[in-house]
Amino acid sequence: MPRVVVNVMPKPEILDPQGKAVTGALKRLGFDGMTVRQGKRFEIEIDGEVTPEALQQVAAAAEKLLANTVIETFEVVNA
Amino acid sequence: MTRIGVVTFPGSLDDHDALRAVKLSGAEAVPLWHGADSVNDVDAIILPGGFSYGDYLRCGAIARFSPIMDVIIDQARKGMPVLGICNGFQLLCEAHLLEGAMIRNVDQHFICRDQKLRVETADTTWTCAFERGQEIVIALKNGEGNYQAAPETLKRLEDNDQVVFRYIDNPNGSANDIAGITNERGNVVGLMPHPEHNVEELTGASLDGKTFFESAIKFLTAR
Repeated sequence: MPRVVVNVMPKPEILDPQGKAVTGALKRLGFDGMTVRQGKRFEIEIDGEVTPEALQQVAAAAEKLLANTVIETFEVVNA
Repeated sequence: MTRIGVVTFPGSLDDHDALRAVKLSGAEAVPLWHGADSVNDVDAIILPGGFSYGDYLRCGAIARFSPIMDVIIDQARKGMPVLGICNGFQLLCEAHLLEGAMIRNVDQHFICRDQKLRVETADTTWTCAFERGQEIVIALKNGEGNYQAAPETLKRLEDNDQVVFRYIDNPNGSANDIAGITNERGNVVGLMPHPEHNVEELTGASLDGKTFFESAIKFLTAR
């Protein structure tokens, strides 16, 4: 089945406490020079072809439910 | 008698505490179910604390699309008093009845403590029995109570007197020390601390929670 991916990330100006904690853990493990921001990836299998309309539907779903655009941004990727 | 409804979602924790607090404050407590398409003629509604849908996706994001929320959003826009406590506050933000959003606490900890707050406005349905500037103590318990909003939203909330409660000692990184806000009309209030846990001497560090429910009763009775 065709798959579309939605990536959701905290907005750059919004503090990311989880990313900060992971960054700290990496540093303690010796992985220097790595700054992490943590987001979410949704893999969506869709019925039928990945048409521009289908991508638009996925974007609408992302806008309505998958992301909270007050604090997050999203991108729709035709995988 | 004033009828105040409390909605139970899958994963609500404090619905029974809220029902009990309503009863102790002198109103009729009406249990409501998330899957219902009516609010059973109640005069006011409380969205209780807990972890609806296991906090999956984002806190409150899935419960926001429960059937009963369509009715509540409609009623809230018409002026019905709605109080969102903790998960209920997150739900109100997800439903865009209140502005902004909550993210994880700044130090990653789940915080559970008696929290000092300042009442910043008595000009809402749920705080009209408080004095502006009054300091109160209310139980706080959450992992994602860090209130954030765009700078222009924060400015508007401050300018319109929509910040209802401020932390006296900010526990979680919330912008402008905000613990609770209201909508423009003052009928929808959301806060992270739990007033339903401060209604009895045996279990509460204060009885300040009662004033929330008494405010709504006072407002509805005077109407």
